[in-house]
Amino acid sequence: MTQKKTNKTTIIGGTKPGKGAKAHASHGIEAVDAQAVNSTESRELYASRVQIHPKLAHGLYRKIKWLLLFATLAVYYVLPWIRWDHGANAPDQAVLADFAGRRFYFFWIELWPQEVYYITGLLILGAFSLFLATALFGRVWCGYTCPQTIWTDLFIVVERWVEGDRNARIKLAKQPMRGQRLVKTVIKHVIWLLISFVTGAAFILYFHDAPTITPAFFLGKAPGSAYLFAGILTFTTYSLAGLMREQVCTYLCPWPRIQAALTDEDTLEVTYRGYRGEPRGPHKKKDSWEGRGDCIDCNLCVAVCPMGIDIRDGDQLECINCALCIDACDGVMKKIGRPVGLIAYDTEKNRQRHECGEKPKLNIIRARTIAYGSLITLIGALMVVGLSTRSMLDLNVLRDRSPTYVRLSDGAIRNGYLVKVINKGTKTRQFEISFSGLSDYSIKVIGQKITGKTVLISARADEVRNVKMYVTLPKSQISVSGSSIPISIDVSEQLADGKIGETQSNKSVFMTGMK
Amino acid sequence: MTDKPELDGHSGVFTTGHEWDGIRELNTPLPKWWLYINYISIIWAIIYCIFMPSWPGLPGMGYFKGLRHHSERANVAVALDKLQAARAANAQSLTSVSLDQVENDPDLLTFAMAAGRSAFGDNCATCHGSNGIGSIGFPALNDDVWLWGGNLDEIKQTITYGIRSGHDEAHFSQMPAFGRDELLSVSEISDLTELVLAMGGSDHDQSAATRATVNFDEQCSICHAEDGTGDRYQGAPNLIDSEWLYGGSRRAITETITNSRFGIMPTWEQRLQPWTIDSLAVYVHSLGGGE
Ligand code: SF4
Ligand code: SF4
Repeated sequence: MTQKKTNKTTIIGGTKPGKGAKAHASHGIEAVDAQAVNSTESRELYASRVQIHPKLAHGLYRKIKWLLLFATLAVYYVLPWIRWDHGANAPDQAVLADFAGRRFYFFWIELWPQEVYYITGLLILGAFSLFLATALFGRVWCGYTCPQTIWTDLFIVVERWVEGDRNARIKLAKQPMRGQRLVKTVIKHVIWLLISFVTGAAFILYFHDAPTITPAFFLGKAPGSAYLFAGILTFTTYSLAGLMREQVCTYLCPWPRIQAALTDEDTLEVTYRGYRGEPRGPHKKKDSWEGRGDCIDCNLCVAVCPMGIDIRDGDQLECINCALCIDACDGVMKKIGRPVGLIAYDTEKNRQRHECGEKPKLNIIRARTIAYGSLITLIGALMVVGLSTRSMLDLNVLRDRSPTYVRLSDGAIRNGYLVKVINKGTKTRQFEISFSGLSDYSIKVIGQKITGKTVLISARADEVRNVKMYVTLPKSQISVSGSSIPISIDVSEQLADGKIGETQSNKSVFMTGMK
Repeated sequence: MTDKPELDGHSGVFTTGHEWDGIRELNTPLPKWWLYINYISIIWAIIYCIFMPSWPGLPGMGYFKGLRHHSERANVAVALDKLQAARAANAQSLTSVSLDQVENDPDLLTFAMAAGRSAFGDNCATCHGSNGIGSIGFPALNDDVWLWGGNLDEIKQTITYGIRSGHDEAHFSQMPAFGRDELLSVSEISDLTELVLAMGGSDHDQSAATRATVNFDEQCSICHAEDGTGDRYQGAPNLIDSEWLYGGSRRAITETITNSRFGIMPTWEQRLQPWTIDSLAVYVHSLGGGE
């Protein structure tokens, strides 16, 4: 069986028997020779991938996609260059995941590693927003904003610029790999690699100070991890957006599978309105439209599809809802003087309604959208409240555990505590540390002479001030207490005017060594 | 049996041409990506052999060093030098000020504590326990009992020269082995043991303890003082507190009086750099008992 071999050179829409390349569809419209890569008639179990050559579409959705492509890429490349004052001793990059300094900066927000739950919250928020968008509009994420879609789109722009639009590319692909084809192929791949490299290099700007790392990177002075990640991202961008393209969506990405569970019959999806289009067939100018469908079988919707599929075959796993087929078909409908919207965003319910002769309507408020919406509001509100009331003072008390207590020569018991006073503010601040829960005790602080029972310390901006303290309880106190005494360590900020600022308190215990 | 490869209709692949008991096998080629990775690995291995140390046992030159002259050992040396250089500034200021000043300078203190902690773990914790909790025969460093003094300079002195280490400056003292050297009889030692137990506040035989007072005054009080509070100048332990370096049981005390003890701490002067010793002194002083 050698069919497999011949298939290799088949271009999508390899000549269908009985269909000329210039078949007539309607006045002014020539049928395109395009066939869905996943059409059931031609599908084989062991078929190789068929190269897809999407035609450039024109229309509303293509415009929206250009805008989003430009906007998202601009955000990606520009964001790390924005400067922001984070206070003394801190980097001045607005968005920065500073692993060396163990901080995450996002404009006015500065997160410490122990506050990573805000990032978890952000991820949950992102997930639920995706769920909501999917429940309402189907795979909008895939069609408009997914990096895979954006970069593939960008790579196709390059391809089109170097090799021409669909027909020229198909023609070129049939030529042997030398001369013009070789030159164009090399140019295309070089530009792709350049874009990939810029993509990978921009990624590391989010983890280093952008103006410093950029020259260092080219002088070979950046840390090894920077080159590693730039290399990995270059490789993945080039292979995913340049070579693998639609296969990523169809075979690799888990999101299409998850989405199947997120959409329902009220979800707006790119839909071919079969009731309007069928029976399809070429149309002559003078012929009436009575008794036939609006689809003139021009195959333009297939030709523009970046996934290489035919939306007229119904909802499909491969369809990323990019709406380019809507643009293509609307253009055709306008030319032949039929109403647009043969392919349009519509819901399955509306198709059923049409069958029953009911009026179409949108059902946006449903159990799942309400659930997603309220979860988003709830988590969003929690995050906002958390971030705005977030304390700039944090306290961690680590009690000595090895040994848990020390018996002194006069029978007194001493416990050690490492008090970590964390000043998240942007200025040096004074704090007072005090103990409660014990009486008749004495304290000792390493590196400080103290007279009373409180300790005054100062912590610089963005500093964790470690204070090693020893608390000693005399024998007389020990004998009247149990094996441990609950205590609390309190820290209060001392403002310049003598007032108390932020306070924090930590519970701990004093081990007496008694049974 | 046929020896000619046949084309298999289902898969479009030729068979190996051989038949095993009526079974023929498809000669499916290796997946291309797999094969290419194999080729790339071979090329990589050759490049690696040229640039990196590879062939052992070459006559005349030992192993082949590779064009890059790569050596992990040399890299470690470079890294260690780098580390020393990075510490140099702090180490310098550590040794140029008094230890009291170190404790009052938060930055120097942080450095000394960090350096001291790691040096303690590497060198001292084997005997004195982690965090200086001590064990039988090895003094705890986190309590307020000091045989030879517990202020910063005294601690530094002890670390530098050791105890009975043989160094001229080392602390030295020796308690007589009253039993072994037959300075006291077995019953006298037994009575003395009761007296020492009494001093430490443990259960004891009062009449035996009373019998021993003469011997204590004659033999022991020179070093341990008449009231048993010891003498730091001679490293003589306090006998009336509740701390016992070698244990406070009747048996342990009898053993101490009979055979004496001779604990040794090495001198660290040769082995550690001055700033490391300073850091160690600050660290040990900070364990809680520093004076
Ligand atoms: S079928 Fe239409 S919406 Fe779906 S991927 Fe193709 S062009 Fe985009
Ligand atoms: S659905 Fe529209 S674009 Fe597609 S073949 Fe029919 S008329 Fe052409």
